[in-house]
Amino acid sequence: METWLPLFFAGAMGLALLIYVILDGYDLGIGLLLPFATESEKDLMIASIGPFWDANETWIVLGIGILLIAFPQAHGEILTAMYIPVTVMLMGLVLRGIAFDFRAKAVSNRKDMWNLIFSLGSLVTACSQGWMLGTYITGLGETSLSWLFSILIALTLPALYVLLGAAWLLIKTEGELFDKAMRWATRAILPMGLALLLVSIATPLISQTIADKWFTYPNGLMLLPIPVLSTLTYGLMMSLLYRQRLLREGREWLLFAGLIVLCLLAALGLAYSILPDIIIGRMTIWESAASTPSLLFTFWGTAVVLPAILGYTFFVYRIFRGKTSELTYE
Amino acid sequence: MFEFDPYLLARAQFAANISFHILFPSITIGLGWILLFFRLRYTFTGDKHWENAYHFWVKIFALSFAIGVVSGITMSFQFGTNWPGFMERAGNIAGPLLGYEVLTAFFMEATFLGVMLFGKSRVSNRMHVIACALVAVGTTLSAFWILSLNSWMQTPTGYTMVDGVFHVESWMAVIFNPSFPYRLAHMMIASMLTATFLVMGISAWRMKRKVDGPATAKIFRAMVATAMILAPLQVVVGDLHGLNTLEHQPAKVAAMEGIWETQRGAPLTLFGFPDEESRTTRFAIEIPRAASYILTHDLDGEILGLNEFAGEHPPVAPVFWSFRIMVGIGVLMIVVAWWAGWVLFKQRRSPGPALLTATSVMTFSGWVAVLAGWYVTEIGRQPWIVYGMLNTADMVADHSSGVMLSTFMGYMALYIFVMISYIATLRYMATKPAASLLALRQLGGHHANQQTQEA
Repeated sequence: METWLPLFFAGAMGLALLIYVILDGYDLGIGLLLPFATESEKDLMIASIGPFWDANETWIVLGIGILLIAFPQAHGEILTAMYIPVTVMLMGLVLRGIAFDFRAKAVSNRKDMWNLIFSLGSLVTACSQGWMLGTYITGLGETSLSWLFSILIALTLPALYVLLGAAWLLIKTEGELFDKAMRWATRAILPMGLALLLVSIATPLISQTIADKWFTYPNGLMLLPIPVLSTLTYGLMMSLLYRQRLLREGREWLLFAGLIVLCLLAALGLAYSILPDIIIGRMTIWESAASTPSLLFTFWGTAVVLPAILGYTFFVYRIFRGKTSELTYE
Repeated sequence: MFEFDPYLLARAQFAANISFHILFPSITIGLGWILLFFRLRYTFTGDKHWENAYHFWVKIFALSFAIGVVSGITMSFQFGTNWPGFMERAGNIAGPLLGYEVLTAFFMEATFLGVMLFGKSRVSNRMHVIACALVAVGTTLSAFWILSLNSWMQTPTGYTMVDGVFHVESWMAVIFNPSFPYRLAHMMIASMLTATFLVMGISAWRMKRKVDGPATAKIFRAMVATAMILAPLQVVVGDLHGLNTLEHQPAKVAAMEGIWETQRGAPLTLFGFPDEESRTTRFAIEIPRAASYILTHDLDGEILGLNEFAGEHPPVAPVFWSFRIMVGIGVLMIVVAWWAGWVLFKQRRSPGPALLTATSVMTFSGWVAVLAGWYVTEIGRQPWIVYGMLNTADMVADHSSGVMLSTFMGYMALYIFVMISYIATLRYMATKPAASLLALRQLGGHHANQQTQEA
């Protein structure tokens, strides 16, 4: 078994899921914020994610796809253990996705129903993704403590998505909706910070494996930049929101950028906690990897296609850059 | 209390999901190319009506595409949640094929769909046409990979088995396995026909209700011409596919034909009730020797009967009946397409009420045929998940029947809700007066009001 191939795919999977959390995170966040907006604002909010949400959602398929391609043993075990949250999430994703398209075409008196389904679908998706992440971090544990932990993350992830959604609206809107997005972001950042802090404290408590990795010398010292930089980023985002000047004077993307940095740091911390296991304490990435020829076959495809995907994703974001106007097929 | 078998529930759930899912790709794969045709006609002729046609149908495309995407995500997870054993054993082969579908098809179609739907005023005409083309290519590439995997499960080649796990020997042999070219061609034409009859049917419905604009008649003619070619072509491709199946999966063909005993000069059973208990087909109406002639092109050709595969052949009745439904709809499609063609192109008349009713009744006929066809091939593969190699029953996840039953009910409720909403929305869109009609009435009024539709 070539050692670098499973590592490459573990990295690619992590990258795909990180991109998923950021990209689908902001449009799920829009879904969570929708009930707090007026009718016309709702249209504008939906319009701001219109061209993107389909492709955003594809990143989770890639993430799960890589798990399946590269680590078939773990894929079966993880998804079987998460059967219920996965099913709930899928239903949420289905409802969210169809509501998006139906609301634009339905009879106008049905629009309220589809708006509600859009928000509920987003909420269900966000919570069950948190639940899945919690289950995963506890090594697919089934004790009451690990349940409690999963619930904690199930409540945290929506807070992050709300903040991502609000930060996205700062980039895509102006005027009253912009002001509203500022208020939403300001309200969401404290609960999100608190939740992230609680999760950071709970993670080493719930998993001895993770605690050992973080609180031994010299590892702990080498890892110090992750919590320090996270705290720093969080502090900067707080000051951005409370002083407002930069965000209002043409640097409205700064909040979103801060969130990307925060997610990236969290992902690095998580990767360090988990690797080289694919299921914590049970199975390493090498034990669960598919055969080398199969991995090589997919490797070449990924190496060629992934940059192309990133390229045309960037291209499409450029086409739709700037403030959103109303959604039109014309 | 009555206990459901978790294995049967896992299969029912997977079957429900995959049946629901396949309906939408079977529209979008075909409709993507039809939209590209409308878009190109507009670009080259400058005829505004083709643009109206594009605008009306791109909305239905978007809706169908979204349902296809979200139900497809469900599929990708259910491989793991319902059939972990399959991925553990066949992951080396199934994984990369599914992976290439995501990498080469999913991202491309989903990303450029955004440009196709909302980018028309933001990019050049050329770039917009390219985006439409990339979406169509993406849907087709997606079909390419998924049908390659499905075909490999039917006719596995290019592998070696080590400790019960499949390992790849030749990717070319895996991807281009013996049944793949036939299945791909059969499915592509089926998608084109599904989309063609959908567009034709809804256009007929609008003409009948007199809410159509000049574009609708143009669309209708184009779809009739397409169906006239594709429906008979599908018979030829289907026949080739059947011959290929006879070579590799004789038990499936025996179930399709309801043939129990191996015989020379086997009759073609048009109708009957296959009964596995007595191992006969009751009340059979037969054409002597015809099955042998169709399958071996020889009146005295030998056909293996189901009794050769005792204990290892699929359940007969569902395969037998699905096959008859598929073929029956195929024949109806040919009749309606050629009738319409005769009226439009030979008599040069506009379609009368009878023809419009017949075509609008056929709106969703493609769906029925596609589902029936898939039941033939998938139920016909049982009891194997990988033909001759892996048993379906050994691959199932270990969930309690209570959990399986409640999620199954949840999925069913969801799918019924989505299906009702989808049909209701299509109906609502089809009933609104066409924008082109309104524009015609107002003579040069460009801005149609909100409650109208293009086309």
